[in-house]
Amino acid sequence: MSALEPNSYRTGPDERGHFGIFGGRFVAETLMPLILDLEQAYKDAKNDPAFHAELDDLARHYAGRPSPLYFAERLTEHLGGAKIYFKRDELNHTGSHKINNCLGQIQLARRMGKTRIIAETGAGQHGVATATVAARFGLPCVVYMGATDIERQKPNVFRMKLLGAEVVPVTSGTGTLKDAMNEALRDWVTNVADTFYIIGTAAGPHPYPQMVRDFQSVIGKEAKEQMQEREGRLPDTLVACIGGGSNAIGLFHPFLDDKSVDILGVEAAGKGIETGEHCASLAGGEPGVLHGNRTYLLQTDDGQIKDGHSISAGLDYPGIGPEHSWLKEIGRAKYVSVRDDEALEAFQLCTRLEGIIPALEPAHALAHVAKIAPKLPKDHIVLMNMCGRGDKDVFSVAEHLGVSL
Amino acid sequence: MSTRVDARFEKLKAEGRTAFVAFITAGDPDLESSYELLAGLPGAGVDIIELGMPFTDPMADGPSVQASTIRALKAGQTMIKTLDMVRRFRAAGDNETPIVLMGYYNPIYRYGVDAFLKDAVEAGVDGLIIVDLPPEEDEELCLPSIKAGVNFIRLATPTTDDKRLPAVVAHTTGFIYYVSITGITGAGSAVSHDVEAAVARIRNYTKLPVVVGFGIKTPQQAAELGAVADGAVVGSAIVDAVRDELDGNGKMKPGGAGRVLEKVRALADGAHSVRRAAAE
Repeated sequence: MSALEPNSYRTGPDERGHFGIFGGRFVAETLMPLILDLEQAYKDAKNDPAFHAELDDLARHYAGRPSPLYFAERLTEHLGGAKIYFKRDELNHTGSHKINNCLGQIQLARRMGKTRIIAETGAGQHGVATATVAARFGLPCVVYMGATDIERQKPNVFRMKLLGAEVVPVTSGTGTLKDAMNEALRDWVTNVADTFYIIGTAAGPHPYPQMVRDFQSVIGKEAKEQMQEREGRLPDTLVACIGGGSNAIGLFHPFLDDKSVDILGVEAAGKGIETGEHCASLAGGEPGVLHGNRTYLLQTDDGQIKDGHSISAGLDYPGIGPEHSWLKEIGRAKYVSVRDDEALEAFQLCTRLEGIIPALEPAHALAHVAKIAPKLPKDHIVLMNMCGRGDKDVFSVAEHLGVSL
Repeated sequence: MSTRVDARFEKLKAEGRTAFVAFITAGDPDLESSYELLAGLPGAGVDIIELGMPFTDPMADGPSVQASTIRALKAGQTMIKTLDMVRRFRAAGDNETPIVLMGYYNPIYRYGVDAFLKDAVEAGVDGLIIVDLPPEEDEELCLPSIKAGVNFIRLATPTTDDKRLPAVVAHTTGFIYYVSITGITGAGSAVSHDVEAAVARIRNYTKLPVVVGFGIKTPQQAAELGAVADGAVVGSAIVDAVRDELDGNGKMKPGGAGRVLEKVRALADGAHSVRRAAAE
């Protein structure tokens, strides 16, 4: 590493929301005063013990934290190398890590006196988590979801409706996550006075990337303590999947200054990076500005945003959280990618060997674990974030496997 | 540094007229038809031209401008072609009508800020309105633009309070664009007495002309809002007029550009129907 290596990797972002050249506040003027209010409200909340106490109570008694740290014994035997642990965030209420962030943000919305909640969703996991906390606190909720995603994630769409949310199909663009985010931003700009936008990933204008990371860091903090209890030491390698990157940054952040820990983010390579049909912003993108922040984006030479492709709706986003872009540039984390077919294989492997049906998103992380574990020594500890469960994916997996239900 | 924008507002002030500002998307529905429209705007009574730079993700735009953007991109519009349109407009002899490019930052960032400003100045661009660059990001493009002699026109909105206004006007040149509604382009309708109060508030902080946009669709509204500000912008109504002239294949019908320009003329006449006190 270069002479520019910082004393700590955990101090970002700066006052203006920058992680190196990434991040920032690239939003319309209408939203800017609200973004500044939000930043102040978040600063105040962070320093308020009552805010943390309430959040901890909800995390424990409503969401079911701490999530277990699980030694995946049969998978470890099968792969014949490194010792593999799962951080079981798929066991949270609503079935993914998304609830961690939603509980934090809705508490903030209530502190700010906002009375209406909006969100974007891709796979529907964030939409379900948002609809859940909105129901819990009795606030009306509108979820924007791409029409393509509505088709491939029907169970989650119905869950959101049961929870009382209005699900608005977005047909602009390719009808996926980026288009849903555009539409949510349009709603926000129109209803700026009463509405709180719960962004689901560690991206968007400052302070969202920082705020979402902080709320998700509970994953890494717990895992660190649990690993200490189980193994008496730090893990050697962290692995997590990345769409926008919220589960990954949540796992990684508490370990950034532990230099012995290798950090690996796994992007979705779709049908293969070389085919152009993928969602690997870091592997196949260039820095640009979208959705309020500068980060790596899939884009044309003319600066038009390209549509991603992934079997997993939750990874189908042409950008990535700005902190990941920075971690890649300074070399603290490494980013790799995994194809649809590899993820599908890992999905089945985990289901049969561990009795855990993973979501297609962490199945990408698992596929990479399956690649590296056999080559690593038996005392090497790999910790993977099992960030979501696969119930929502069984229909689309059946389709990909040629099974009609 | 005086620009075509400054000169145009001085002339309008002397004549006691409000500015009629028309928005079209560059390359909508195709390059040639779009150029025909652009070239015809001054003759239809347009004082300042806002030329939209198409972007795949226009987050502050409503369905009308979104659709026009998609038409332009499908037809192969690029930043180079947009700048070529301006170059051709100037070469055809109009060296007075200001052209302001409006859009989002990423296509400019990707082009390279320095290269873009150099090419824009050379093509005859007078100003920029970039929706996703608030004062907090002035170092990105605003300050380099002003240095290059290109007006950087800032949006002020109903949520821009007195605390923020000084920062919003600080590095704005040319004119202030007051967004009359909290919302996206083409949505809602501006209310003239609200706008009048907002314009008066903005004038406490700047001597620059204040132009009102978003939510103006008819000649009547153009007249009402033009009367309480230094100008009125119409965008969605014009790109909808373009849409209405498309055939089943998305091509402009014969004579379509002429009919769109007639609608522009009616809007311009509306804005110009109100005489303003010359030289206050």
